[in-house]
Amino acid sequence: MIAALAFYFFAAILIASAVMVVTSRNPVHSVLFLILCFFNASALFLIAGAEFLAMILVIVYVGAVAVLFLFVVMMLDIDFARLREGFQRYAPVGAAVGGVLFLELLMVLGTWRFADDAASLRINPTTPGGISNTAAIGRILYTDYIYLFQASGAVLLVAMLGAIVLTLRDRPGTKRQSVAVQVARDPKLVETRAVALGAGLDTIGIRRPLPPPEPPKKVEHAADHAADHGGHH
Amino acid sequence: MTEPLLAEYFPILVFLGIAAAIAIAMVGGSVLAAHQKPDSEKLSAYECGFEPFDDTRRRFDVRFYLVAILFIIFDLEVAFLFPWAVTLGQIGWLGFASMMGFLGVLTVGFIYEWRKGALDWE
Amino acid sequence: MNWTLLLPEIVLGVSGLIAIVAGVIPKRDTTFPVALGVLGAMLLAAVLVIGQGEGTAMGGQYAADAFTRFAKLLVLLGAAGGLVLSLDWNEKEGLSRFEFPVLILFATLGMMVLVSANDLMSLYLGLELMSLALYVMAAFNRDDGRSAEAGLKYFVLGALASGLLLYGASLIYGFSGTTNFDRIADAVDSSAGNLGVVVGLVFVIAGLAFKISAVPFHMWTPDVYEGAPTPVTGFFAAAPKVAGLLLLARVLQGPFAALAPAWQQVIVLASLGSMLLGAFAAIGQTNIKRLMAYSSIGHVGYALMGLAVGSDAGMRGLLLYIAIYLFMNLGAFAVLVAMRRGGRALEGVDDLAGLGRTDPGMALAMAVFMFSMAGIPPLAGFFGKLYVFLAAVQGGYWTLAVVGVLASVVSAYYYLRIIKVMYFDDSAGAMDPRPAGLSVVLAGSGLFTALFFLFPAPILAAAQAAVAALMG
Repeated sequence: MIAALAFYFFAAILIASAVMVVTSRNPVHSVLFLILCFFNASALFLIAGAEFLAMILVIVYVGAVAVLFLFVVMMLDIDFARLREGFQRYAPVGAAVGGVLFLELLMVLGTWRFADDAASLRINPTTPGGISNTAAIGRILYTDYIYLFQASGAVLLVAMLGAIVLTLRDRPGTKRQSVAVQVARDPKLVETRAVALGAGLDTIGIRRPLPPPEPPKKVEHAADHAADHGGHH
Repeated sequence: MTEPLLAEYFPILVFLGIAAAIAIAMVGGSVLAAHQKPDSEKLSAYECGFEPFDDTRRRFDVRFYLVAILFIIFDLEVAFLFPWAVTLGQIGWLGFASMMGFLGVLTVGFIYEWRKGALDWE
Repeated sequence: MNWTLLLPEIVLGVSGLIAIVAGVIPKRDTTFPVALGVLGAMLLAAVLVIGQGEGTAMGGQYAADAFTRFAKLLVLLGAAGGLVLSLDWNEKEGLSRFEFPVLILFATLGMMVLVSANDLMSLYLGLELMSLALYVMAAFNRDDGRSAEAGLKYFVLGALASGLLLYGASLIYGFSGTTNFDRIADAVDSSAGNLGVVVGLVFVIAGLAFKISAVPFHMWTPDVYEGAPTPVTGFFAAAPKVAGLLLLARVLQGPFAALAPAWQQVIVLASLGSMLLGAFAAIGQTNIKRLMAYSSIGHVGYALMGLAVGSDAGMRGLLLYIAIYLFMNLGAFAVLVAMRRGGRALEGVDDLAGLGRTDPGMALAMAVFMFSMAGIPPLAGFFGKLYVFLAAVQGGYWTLAVVGVLASVVSAYYYLRIIKVMYFDDSAGAMDPRPAGLSVVLAGSGLFTALFFLFPAPILAAAQAAVAALMG
């Protein structure tokens, strides 16, 4: 009873926010409604007994994919008003295509046959023996499906490679810290001096390559001026 | 139905109900009870006392996107780790080696990222 | 589990990982050594494929037989050819990055997983591995607007195709209760005519037709082929198309053989449409990459004719056609990659003018490829067409055969126009000297195309064995 009520509640919000994703004027609002969609879909998964999928939906889709969508929306600077210009013109065609697809779905549903044990399976969607969803997946994913598992690792690797190849640019002139150079620095090249309180750089005789006329500054440790010093303090 | 599973989640449903009730009460209460006389000055965005001088929809740098997509990839990798961690005791050495191989592949990707400087901002 | 059967894929995958690490660690440019390493890995994989056993592995998710061996060798050949084409080009265009050979390697790995798939899930993962690498390669010249557009277009439409395929796969799974090909075959046999499986199958065919650019899912092809860097286009037209066509043949003749009357209509339509579009749309093209895009759509049509017939002879025609197409295509693209004057890459048909006098060798090779694509005896392309047409006539598919012949006649117009431009138009100046790698590809594929009629036996025998393995 509560489960049925919760199902209709979440399903109603899901459909309403899906409609808002498509119709809202501001693309950022669309993405936020999409996140609401994901949350409700995850609640529906939970009601159906797919606990693992529900949690993964929140972690991956809400946590990562929606954030990516937001970045993309912010990056592209889309003028939605202009994108919508042809809406009235193309609406009939779109509706016709949608109608055909809907009819096809109905035809498919017409041949739907329930398996003999469907009713009993529906009562208990979790694996028999009290094994949770997650454990049931874990038991086969890494052993029986090792081939597919490793292939998905390769897919992720190519995605990583592709993202970097296509978007990473060397920015000439940016200064990077080179830890190895810093650590490998010869201590003899660095000099530590005791500096009197209130002494300026001029007083202790440290000059930068092109000394600007700067006012005396209070320093506690002498800054080193070794040539191979990569970092900046 | 899936009663035993759902029973565990019942407190969350109650929690959601309470949260929704409080949110509706606060927003709805102020809509109903408070005096509302909006004008353009009151409705304009407040930006540290300055006049708002720019569109909020500034373009983001493509670097945000790169960071986000790398995050997604590692997020997915972590998602694969949950079932593995739960069942590690039952899947034996093959299961262990399988995950090590998967992590190895992505470590290669990580080395690549690191050397290319994709993880440095400036 | 039977690990040893997967040795070619494992070797290729591990070499990919090594190539990434070896390529990124040194400070200097590592493109050339990495490319050589990748070529070596492909050669090793090819040797392992030849020596590969037969059977299924990984709980029935992976299958190896004479058919997959034939397919994998073609794929490896196409990929290696594409890599050789790209080496010099990328350097001249300032695209010399070691990621390129690595991407080709992972695309090849994806194709090998794809043609060996014995399960809808491994099919999908192989397809995605291949496609992801291809999207990146299309946009590899990222500072060029056309290349970026090609990559984006390919990605969006490819993702749509993957979505269709997944939807179809989920329907098939829902109605047959399994993703394994062997068990799908049993389910289809026992409940032939189940509408759900048929609808799922049509969606899967649509998704695969996108990847091989068969009409009516071809619209991305001209733009992507024109925008992508030329060697990438050559690679696209060779390896992924071969893998896609062979996978389609494998899926339709394997688990869904019992539904042949249903899918044959779809393939007949796709074949007719592709042949006609390839013949007519290419006529007005002035950009030679665009022309080759339409030409490749046409060739897919001829190859699909063999599948539409569905008999042993038809399947043999399909395999033979694909093998010959691979060689002709690699050769023709070697010429396209070599088209460069004053350091600038050329893409116009007119830019070939006078090639017959300035570079007789390359012009002769191009003439051989064009005559062969047009189907003029005794070149290889003629035999490819002959076998599929014969199969169509034997199977009673007169419409297909007649339209095929007519389309060949029409398409001969633009192939012969290229030859006319090369030999009879005024020269626009000599091309830049041709790098050695291109000459090797040109000579190899040129000799194959020209002399196929003397030694057809090995390929015919391999195709025959592959068909025997496929049709059981």
